[in-house]
Amino acid sequence: MSEEPVISEELESLLNVEFGPDVYEIEKGMVRKFAEAIEDDNPAWQEVAPPTFPAALVPTELLHRLFNAKTPLTRLLNGSSDLEYLQPIKVGDTISVTAKLTRLRQVAGQEGPTLFMFTEVTYTNQRGEVAVKGKNTYIKY
Amino acid sequence: MPEQVYYEDIEVGSEIPALVKYPTTMQLVKYAGASGDYYQIHYDKDFALANRLPGVIVHGWLALSFLGQMVTHWLGKEGTLLRLNGSYRGMNKVHEDLICNGKVTKKYGEDGRNLARLEIWAENPQGDKTVTGNAIVTLPSRG
Repeated sequence: MSEEPVISEELESLLNVEFGPDVYEIEKGMVRKFAEAIEDDNPAWQEVAPPTFPAALVPTELLHRLFNAKTPLTRLLNGSSDLEYLQPIKVGDTISVTAKLTRLRQVAGQEGPTLFMFTEVTYTNQRGEVAVKGKNTYIKY
Repeated sequence: MPEQVYYEDIEVGSEIPALVKYPTTMQLVKYAGASGDYYQIHYDKDFALANRLPGVIVHGWLALSFLGQMVTHWLGKEGTLLRLNGSYRGMNKVHEDLICNGKVTKKYGEDGRNLARLEIWAENPQGDKTVTGNAIVTLPSRG
């Protein structure tokens, strides 16, 4: 492959390292604000978080490291999201968020080298139950 | 809310009622605040253009939220969402329709539950699929 490698040692060192937990108290107001932002007036969201609410429970350190790692690629997009629901996230819950980078993949994209960063995020409630399992792919290009 | 949908009501190929959303720059700012995703491509046009984007673009997560809204609205009070995913294949621009669609691709029993798998996708007004994904749901039975 003639393209320059974009997977740095810095990024590789993050593979399979668990970051977190970030601990979030699920307040009624933050759930309401999220439902209002997505303009979904389903009354269920007064007590239960809407499906994509885990997007607001950010695994801060992993994302900070991924987005700020030194690489010649400066542009970033979200590639995909996958959420598996095991327990509802409810107002009053305390959710602990842990995350890891599981895979790095470089491909030759239309606009040059493209880096896919695959992550897994686990959202655990105050009873120690995994509420949601998430996967997210980020693309640097 | 619509009438409750039951497992017996659906078959492979059944369509989920479409949901049409019209995201604005203001909605993207609200979503940025609610989610904590302050990446500037979603509200700063100069930044977006400098990133060789056509303008500010809708957060992938927001488009997936619309698909989640479509599915949970259809599920009603008695259905549950077990899985939701989407791949962000194209960009949705602001101030144009974002059309959410879905259809049943499989119905099956598992562990005593009535499950269905849905293909879900979002389109822009040109008919391009900007998000494609799947949902897995449980539905109540009339039985």
